[in-house]
Amino acid sequence: MTTRLKEVDVVIVGLGWTGGILAKELTEAGLKVVALERGAPRTSENDYSLPNIRDELRYVVRHDLMQNTARDTITVRNNPQHDALPMRRLGSFLPGEVVGGSGVHWSGHTWRWTDMEFKVRSNYEERYGKKIIPDDMTIQDWGITYAELEPYYDKFEYTAAVSGKAGNIGGTIRAGGNPFEAPRAREYPLPPLTPILASEMFSDAARNAGYHPFPRPSANASQPYTNPDGSKFGGCQYCGYCQRFGCEANAKGSPHMTVIPIAMAKPNFELRTNSWVTKVLRDSDGKRVTGVTYTNVLNGEEFEQPATIVLLCAYAINNVHLMLLSGIGSPYDPVAQKGVIGKNYCYQTGAGATLFFEGKFFNPFMNAGGSNATIDDFNTNWAFDRAPHDFIGGYSVAGGFNTVLPIGYRPVPSGTPQWGSEWKRATAKWYQTAMVINASGSVMANRYNCYDLDPTYRNAFGQPLMRMTFDYKANEHRMGTHAAQTINAIAKSMNPTRLNPASARTDPWTVVPYQSTHNTGGTIMGTNPRDSALNKYLQSWDCHNLFVVGANVFPHNSAYNPTGPVGALAYWTADAIKNRYLKNPGPLVQA
Amino acid sequence: MKKQGFDRRDFLKTAVVSGAAAAGGTATIVTPDIAQAAQPAPAAPPAAEAAGPAGYSFLNLDEAAFVEALVDHMIPADEISPKGTDLGVNIYIDRALAGAWGKGERLYMQGPWKLGTPSQGYQLPLTPAQLYRAGVAATNAHCRKAYGNTFDRITDAQRQEILVGLSTGKITFDNGLPVRPFWTTLYQTVIEGMYSDPIYGGNRNKAGWAIIGFPGIIAVHRDHVAQYRGKPYPSKPLGIADMS
Repeated sequence: MTTRLKEVDVVIVGLGWTGGILAKELTEAGLKVVALERGAPRTSENDYSLPNIRDELRYVVRHDLMQNTARDTITVRNNPQHDALPMRRLGSFLPGEVVGGSGVHWSGHTWRWTDMEFKVRSNYEERYGKKIIPDDMTIQDWGITYAELEPYYDKFEYTAAVSGKAGNIGGTIRAGGNPFEAPRAREYPLPPLTPILASEMFSDAARNAGYHPFPRPSANASQPYTNPDGSKFGGCQYCGYCQRFGCEANAKGSPHMTVIPIAMAKPNFELRTNSWVTKVLRDSDGKRVTGVTYTNVLNGEEFEQPATIVLLCAYAINNVHLMLLSGIGSPYDPVAQKGVIGKNYCYQTGAGATLFFEGKFFNPFMNAGGSNATIDDFNTNWAFDRAPHDFIGGYSVAGGFNTVLPIGYRPVPSGTPQWGSEWKRATAKWYQTAMVINASGSVMANRYNCYDLDPTYRNAFGQPLMRMTFDYKANEHRMGTHAAQTINAIAKSMNPTRLNPASARTDPWTVVPYQSTHNTGGTIMGTNPRDSALNKYLQSWDCHNLFVVGANVFPHNSAYNPTGPVGALAYWTADAIKNRYLKNPGPLVQA
Repeated sequence: MKKQGFDRRDFLKTAVVSGAAAAGGTATIVTPDIAQAAQPAPAAPPAAEAAGPAGYSFLNLDEAAFVEALVDHMIPADEISPKGTDLGVNIYIDRALAGAWGKGERLYMQGPWKLGTPSQGYQLPLTPAQLYRAGVAATNAHCRKAYGNTFDRITDAQRQEILVGLSTGKITFDNGLPVRPFWTTLYQTVIEGMYSDPIYGGNRNKAGWAIIGFPGIIAVHRDHVAQYRGKPYPSKPLGIADMS
């Protein structure tokens, strides 16, 4: 039996960065807001404090802050000819499952995606002609511009304490920043982190090669900071326990210590944890949603929470899953290329080299999420001509460290035995004297990379698992080849004692090991309901009182981490709801 | 730990059989503590003192002998570190298998079961503890067939051949258990026992961290980044228990 609760103005599904931002903004606008979070309540003071937070086994290996795959997972396959099988434990990506979501365990990398992405199809067609884009590459423009989003990027960066160096303020290129970034209105809220040796050496080598290194912008407060909302940050301690961990110093911009406590302090906000949303409900004519059903996972009790507005703010994969489970919008069919829900799932690719320098001490345990230097010469640099290399998209290259703890990171030169005294000697010799250079690359949408509901496997609530069909295509292989060449040329110029070179990835995507928690697409934004699920305000084309927020709205994936535009779009959507939708509920864009 | 002819496992098996016989069929429990008390005093008492709580909560006698031989082969005593059992890696593995992870916590365990492609990851209908148990038995069966004895009673060179065979997939198990996921799990647990916090039973005295100069959980490096740039960072590693 389902208990029907009293209607509220807004129900938010999932309380991470996007849910937290919308909870704060809409409660401040006076709306009665309920947030349903499937995970447990956790706080910095109680859960992310010394000494227990510094536990690699618990947080990195055993995934303490992540989604529990025994209860809900996805099935995976590389192409439609294969049977999909369940991802029986996490590996390639790590959705968070606590109050704060993946915003607790991220590294803080915060980028501004630009019109290079938002106008991706137009840009390439304009410069290279329509033929440059392969038939099965389903990239499309996003329907939004960088200029529209700029104030919201700014708002997110100042909320999350992003430390960095502007490369372009109002069109003027600034020394030390990223010269290829789009113009920003003002400097970052905080100066960059102190560079570590590995990032300095990478920067020198990249500069000597004619590239433009800059410190990676990250929500790791380089000094104590109070954000515009009054949330207080400690200064980053370079503790080396950033990625996968909650921040003991409250130096990593996270929703559980910024926007969420602000919403929690309001009488018109209520958070219900351990609350698992199973479906979004629609009215009889299907034009509006009426609320959600959820299960209290502590006792199995089912509830219906009616709401005037429903906001899906779960992890990107789970937002798409809920849309498919709820039957909202038409499911995507890759053969007929009809429908939109599940379309354009994208991921990221990469390549990496390890450089060994006998006698040089990198102290790899001293780092922060953002303690690397990056070049964007092959990413947001539109002057870089892709045509001779035959790929669309780009990659950034970075040198430095981010959370390299000993269970997972003990580099040795290729050919070293895997056990025994020789292995131990190599481990002892090289752990502190090696550094890495990595590339992170975009993945363009492909008609066959998509989600739908699995016909066989079910979750703990008896619902079909989501099925992910994904593999890298020739475009990504060619880009990987170029990235590996760039990395290896920089690495060799640094004259390491030994080098494990980068190589282009040509094998299929696999669910192990960890690669990147940057899953995008599935309910994409766009200019019309024929080829997108949401309009530019992340409002459903089908039900105007439903908004779906997160990286699931990206029509393709770039080389950058997604949280910058994810946070900016959450503020953008909050403004659209507050300033326009509430005054005149209905479609914000006419189809 | 390796003795000529008659080891703790032989003693325990004999004790159980003779005890049961003496008691006329009444079940007799012989604990490893009793077994240790009955054994001659160890030659190196300091290592035994550092060993922490003794005894296994998951591994049976054959499995304990296998794991002890495995970790001492993979992590031999040398100028870099004590051997695997002196690091407590066997104890780590026992506790991990006995605990929530070993029992399949967070593992999606619904069928139907298919092996799938390598890119689809782990697909066996086994918890890590069940996989370990089946894999150790299968490896010992292979060792008996190849060398006439179990893994713990073959020579170092033979053990090396077995581990190379497991890691490269040259060995296959007669009972159909895939070698790859067993080896991956085996290897990962040895690494975890060497480098996880000592609260889990391995990395005893932080000797694993000391191998690489990892400072452990104390990590207030705000000033150290500049101070120790390019220089060795002097530290005695600290674990969670040291700060609790």
